[in-house]
Amino acid sequence: MKETGIKVRVIAQGTGQALDTGRRGDADVVFVHDKAKEEQFVADGFGIGRRDVMYNDFVLIGPKADPAKVAGGKDITEALKKISAAKAPFVSRGDKSGTHSAELRLWKEGGIDIEQAKGPWYKDTGSGMGPALNTAASLNAYILADRGTWLSFKNRRDLVVVVEGDERLFNQYGVILVNPAKHRHVKKELGQQFIDWVVSPEGQKAIADYKIDGQQLFFPNARP
Amino acid sequence: MDTFSESLGTALRLILSADPELSDIVLLSLRVSLAAVLFAALLGLPGGAALGVGRFPGRQAIIVVLNGLMGLPPVVVGLLVYLLLSRAGPLGDYGLLFTPSAMVIAQTVLITPIIAALSRQTIEDAWGEYEEQLRSLGASPGRAALTLLWDTRFSLMIALLAGFGRAAAEVGAVLIVGGNIAGVTRVMTTTIALETSKGDLPLALALGFILVGLIIAVNAAAQLTRQWALRHYG
Repeated sequence: MKETGIKVRVIAQGTGQALDTGRRGDADVVFVHDKAKEEQFVADGFGIGRRDVMYNDFVLIGPKADPAKVAGGKDITEALKKISAAKAPFVSRGDKSGTHSAELRLWKEGGIDIEQAKGPWYKDTGSGMGPALNTAASLNAYILADRGTWLSFKNRRDLVVVVEGDERLFNQYGVILVNPAKHRHVKKELGQQFIDWVVSPEGQKAIADYKIDGQQLFFPNARP
Repeated sequence: MDTFSESLGTALRLILSADPELSDIVLLSLRVSLAAVLFAALLGLPGGAALGVGRFPGRQAIIVVLNGLMGLPPVVVGLLVYLLLSRAGPLGDYGLLFTPSAMVIAQTVLITPIIAALSRQTIEDAWGEYEEQLRSLGASPGRAALTLLWDTRFSLMIALLAGFGRAAAEVGAVLIVGGNIAGVTRVMTTTIALETSKGDLPLALALGFILVGLIIAVNAAAQLTRQWALRHYG
């Protein structure tokens, strides 16, 4: 990073795995998106000084043929109810990632007990966003994805965005320093410096300027 | 069919353009896997020779286990090495996790049984053939093992190549202990997994072609060395 001279070594993991890496002391900073789990991580003493950084949103992806007739809707829980009623193929991350947590929360908010409702139509793939999207593309299935991964995903085949814009699809990202009191190896000055930069006006601008095919992926919202 | 020809074209373009990022990844793949072959050979060849020549109780059981360990799942090796090297693990203080060294360690664990098991068979067969001769010359078992290692060196090369192939081709272990960090621990197989997860299947397949070509090139180099050595010293 030329602004601070810090060499950031990025390990891309889902939120559950990333927090676990932090919990074991194998990372200095975690940059994740599952507020409930993040607050638990801090409450358990594994991290300190959580800051909101940016947001984007989740989108419901589905086949153009739209067997559950949900396309164009704005109500995500209504769409999930229709998918489960139609038993239309749905791919779940199933990997304790931030997106998986969000999906489980949305089923619940729609009054669906997914443990009860799931059948052969509900594919629990236990995989990252990209592999899960590949699976959905070949099965013509519905899937909840974060917009950032969707925009940079190339193997879309017949998949399109079918539901977006519901405020419950809001996806907040946060950054946390791994607690140096728990793990003495943590590079606390450098880690804090990185966090300070990410939430600074310069860092926030860098986030806003990051685009793929002209589309902005993330919206900075750190509070000063 | 389109994907395949597109991928072949991409592979050729990537090779011809000598893209610096790709060359770094290729070089790291080679460095990590060749280092693992070196360490695994230092452990596996003497181990295999000792098992091939030695006769002691429990030997059969060790051979069965060793042969079985040729099927060690890379993801399990990755997990074991991860837990050992993690800051919370017994070797955490060395800070080796997510470095190329961690990847070398994992691949060494993965392929030492392959090299040991294959060389054990080679040495045991040669021992069956030359045992009387070596004994009549008064060679101790240790001396005999060393002699046989040297005499069968061209046959043992296949054990090293099998180990190299396994190391260069696996993704499960290096992904867990290396973390696929760009410019630091990103090798060919983890790049292929990454491009697949981005849905860029033609690029992923193109990288796959390059990796297979690389492994064949290493094998060709080994074959040429062997022929050259046979002509001069055989």
